[in-house]
Amino acid sequence: MKFLNKSLLEVRNDIVSKKIKAVDVVQESLSRINTLDKELNSFVALNDKALEQAEAVDKKIQAGENQGPLAGIPIAVKDMFCTKDLRTTACSNILKNFVPPYSATVVKRLEAAGAIIVGKTNCDEFAMGSSNENSAFGVVKNPWDRARVAGGSSGGSASAVAARLAFGSMGTDTGGSIRQPASLCGIYGIKPTYGRVSRYGIIAYASSLDQAGPFAGSTKEASEILKVIAGYDEKDSTSSAEAVPDWTQNISTDMSKMTIGIPKEYFGDDLNPEIKKIAMNAIEILKSKGAKTKEISLPHTKFAIPVYYLVATSEASSNLARYDGVRYGVRIPSSDINDMYAKTRGQGFGTEVKKRIMLGTFALSSGYYDAYYKKASQVRHIILKDFAKVFSEVDAIVCPVTTSTAFKIGEKIKDTISMYYNDIFTTSVNLAGLPGMSVPGGLASNGLPVGVQIIAPHFKEQTIFNISQTLEDNIEKKVPHGI
Amino acid sequence: MAYSDYESVIGLEIHAQFLTDTKIFSSSSAKFGGGDNEHVDAVCMGMPGTLPVLNKKAIEFAIKTGLALNCEVKKKSVFSRKNYFYPDLPKGYQISQYDQPVCEKGFLDVTINGQKKRIGITRAHLEEDAGKSTHHGDYSLVNYNRSSVPLLEIVSEPDMRSPQEAAEYARAVRSILRYLGVCDGNLEEGSMRCDCNVSVRKKGEKKFGTRTELKNINSFRFIEKAIQYEIERQIDVIESGQEIVQETRLYDSTKNKTFSMRSKEEAHDYRYFPDPDLLPLIISDKEIDLAKSSLPELPQQRAQRFQTQYGLPEYDSEILTVEKEMADYFESVVKECGNAKSASNWIMTELLRELNNSKKEIADSPVSAKMLAELVQLIDKNTVSGKMAKAVFMEMFKSGKTASEIVKSQGMSQITDENEIGKIVDQVIQANPTQTTEYRSGKDKLFGFFVGQAMKASKGQANPELLNKVLKEKLKG
Repeated sequence: MKFLNKSLLEVRNDIVSKKIKAVDVVQESLSRINTLDKELNSFVALNDKALEQAEAVDKKIQAGENQGPLAGIPIAVKDMFCTKDLRTTACSNILKNFVPPYSATVVKRLEAAGAIIVGKTNCDEFAMGSSNENSAFGVVKNPWDRARVAGGSSGGSASAVAARLAFGSMGTDTGGSIRQPASLCGIYGIKPTYGRVSRYGIIAYASSLDQAGPFAGSTKEASEILKVIAGYDEKDSTSSAEAVPDWTQNISTDMSKMTIGIPKEYFGDDLNPEIKKIAMNAIEILKSKGAKTKEISLPHTKFAIPVYYLVATSEASSNLARYDGVRYGVRIPSSDINDMYAKTRGQGFGTEVKKRIMLGTFALSSGYYDAYYKKASQVRHIILKDFAKVFSEVDAIVCPVTTSTAFKIGEKIKDTISMYYNDIFTTSVNLAGLPGMSVPGGLASNGLPVGVQIIAPHFKEQTIFNISQTLEDNIEKKVPHGI
Repeated sequence: MAYSDYESVIGLEIHAQFLTDTKIFSSSSAKFGGGDNEHVDAVCMGMPGTLPVLNKKAIEFAIKTGLALNCEVKKKSVFSRKNYFYPDLPKGYQISQYDQPVCEKGFLDVTINGQKKRIGITRAHLEEDAGKSTHHGDYSLVNYNRSSVPLLEIVSEPDMRSPQEAAEYARAVRSILRYLGVCDGNLEEGSMRCDCNVSVRKKGEKKFGTRTELKNINSFRFIEKAIQYEIERQIDVIESGQEIVQETRLYDSTKNKTFSMRSKEEAHDYRYFPDPDLLPLIISDKEIDLAKSSLPELPQQRAQRFQTQYGLPEYDSEILTVEKEMADYFESVVKECGNAKSASNWIMTELLRELNNSKKEIADSPVSAKMLAELVQLIDKNTVSGKMAKAVFMEMFKSGKTASEIVKSQGMSQITDENEIGKIVDQVIQANPTQTTEYRSGKDKLFGFFVGQAMKASKGQANPELLNKVLKEKLKG
């Protein structure tokens, strides 16, 4: 490994200053994918034009043309993002033949910044899952222990960065799908404020919760990628016009004016002691750097999971209605239109997706709407108010991301409730539209990584990056064995 | 069975397609027609990951229409998703305003048999149109050109009590839409669609009967006929001791009957919920004021003005102002010729009849406003008689030639030269010596005979007043 063991910032500078060639960097990424990913299964499609595109970047640099902040950097993109002329399936059989004639805004911005999309990464079908076991392309393996899951739904994106197959990757986070796999794979992953990043061209799971964000090997790499993809997009009515600061440049590890909130509901008696230890260690580091701490309460935390599974599935039941076999994707023919729908959707969607569509359809049905969808929306608002109250007293919240380290493949897949409760620490953040990040906090006694979650008020990603950098500077960096 | 024991209760849901350049949630063309799936893009085809963005022009049109229909324009309205599966519905849901529409609580005054009647408007809301399926034996095709074209659905109160009232209200709405230039109101092409909710009840009864909804009605005449059929059908059902089924019925104009399409039990559960891809629509006072100040003169105001400015009767004013183009035509004629009464008469009788007979719109009239004005002037200057003018008009309508061209080429102009008329009169007197003697000896009644003979001799071209004068003089002897 000549390049991928380094930071993307360093490699980008070397490419732009002609010390190294983008094509060599991309070649190393492709070679590592070819060898390591046979086992990991992080990628579901490779971009066969990647080398060609890297050559074009090199040519431009030779010609003295100004290159973007990700010039020649190999980036992997979750299969939820539409990529023009590159198969995009959401890891579902129903879209197994779908090649979009357009790219997501995020993908366009990455490419405009000079990034080379090396391929599409594995995920839970339509981003529904916490273990990447619901993919039509099979499970992703954790680079730290290949008998274990990489997390989900953005398992492939997390695994690819942890195994240094690419410098960074794009994920989507609806209830924890960036932060949870980042935690289980020992890397950095941020879900920005809702509206920070355009959703245009990202296959929708739950529109009011979905948000794209990067995985990376360090704080500054994450902030650098986020800067490229963030900002208003006229194609997404819910994207925000809030200015995008130069987070990387502005990072400060001065914690003296920082008050950190410790939510008591997240540190209950049933919290796994190893997880607790690592979170408390992070808090101690911040305290030692001058931060004040304050115990806070988010009293409606216990409702986050039920509310999430009502809101998300309701929206999903409608968002996934378009996969009907009429215009694109797979069609199982029949002489009767309703039978064609039933067969196409019955065979095209996996079990978890069908389960969620049914749950959401039920929650929106006449006679149940008020008791389920409407009530859930009201409680969602209360959860948001909990956070608003807390953020009048503290600058950020530090807490766990997951309830455990990476679990064994097959361990939880039969136990839906246990699987859903994996997301207990992450879903409230989506319900409230807040930015949240998972930062490596160290290893548990079983040698597996554990992340620490940082949550900040809307559009205060800078606060998150500042805390993340402080932890990064004070926690020993670990990489999976053999990487 | 006594139909007259019952009264009907009718409410209309009018879908008006807006004449915006692009679609309500995508930037592809909203133009009518085009080749199959020519006016489409990824958004209106419901491709994965695409998102709707609301068209500003559609908002402006909705505000204007709301104001013209005397509605309250809401500062905040919400787009929801109406979920159902159909091949012409690419996303599996239609984006439509549901519990928070953009306009509420309006009304429209219509005149029925000389009586004014106020029809309440419950609401008007924005939504997107669906595509169009066509069926070809063992396969079907879908054209998405119409998918996501903006619609305003205007829902009336159940205030109408006869098919005539319903048709009159629909015409009035169409007229306003066309005046505003927001919709071309073409029922046949479907740019305006009219669903009729119909129920009947015994006269004096306060409670509404069970209603049915009639769809697939593509002309104003069919609105009346379909409702009339449905009223009688419902009364027959009730009189035979059965109950009305709440259902949607399709009108078949060739059979003049309505047929059950689906009953309430089969009705979809649309699972409406606010569309998370769109923010609530917030309309400022400024936007409303701007729309207000840009409202054109509307049909009712214009009819009022025609009465005061041109002294036209109420009935004529209303007929002339239904279509903006007709009212514009009338005012152009008046401007050219200065004779409003005559202009109105010519349009109301000859022109409307000929347009009707040849199934032409006023915009396609072979007789332009300028041409009609010239004809009125020729009459006013006595160049042609009223009777001749009708023949000239027919020729104008047929050939597209101007009045003066026709009069000149066919030698139809009135003879107003006293000498020339004198010559004709002399000939007539000479040719009828007996009658001349009798007249001169006091048989005054014969004067009419001489007028007739002289007019005949002039081929009808002699100016009647001049002819009378000359005849009187010459017959004195």
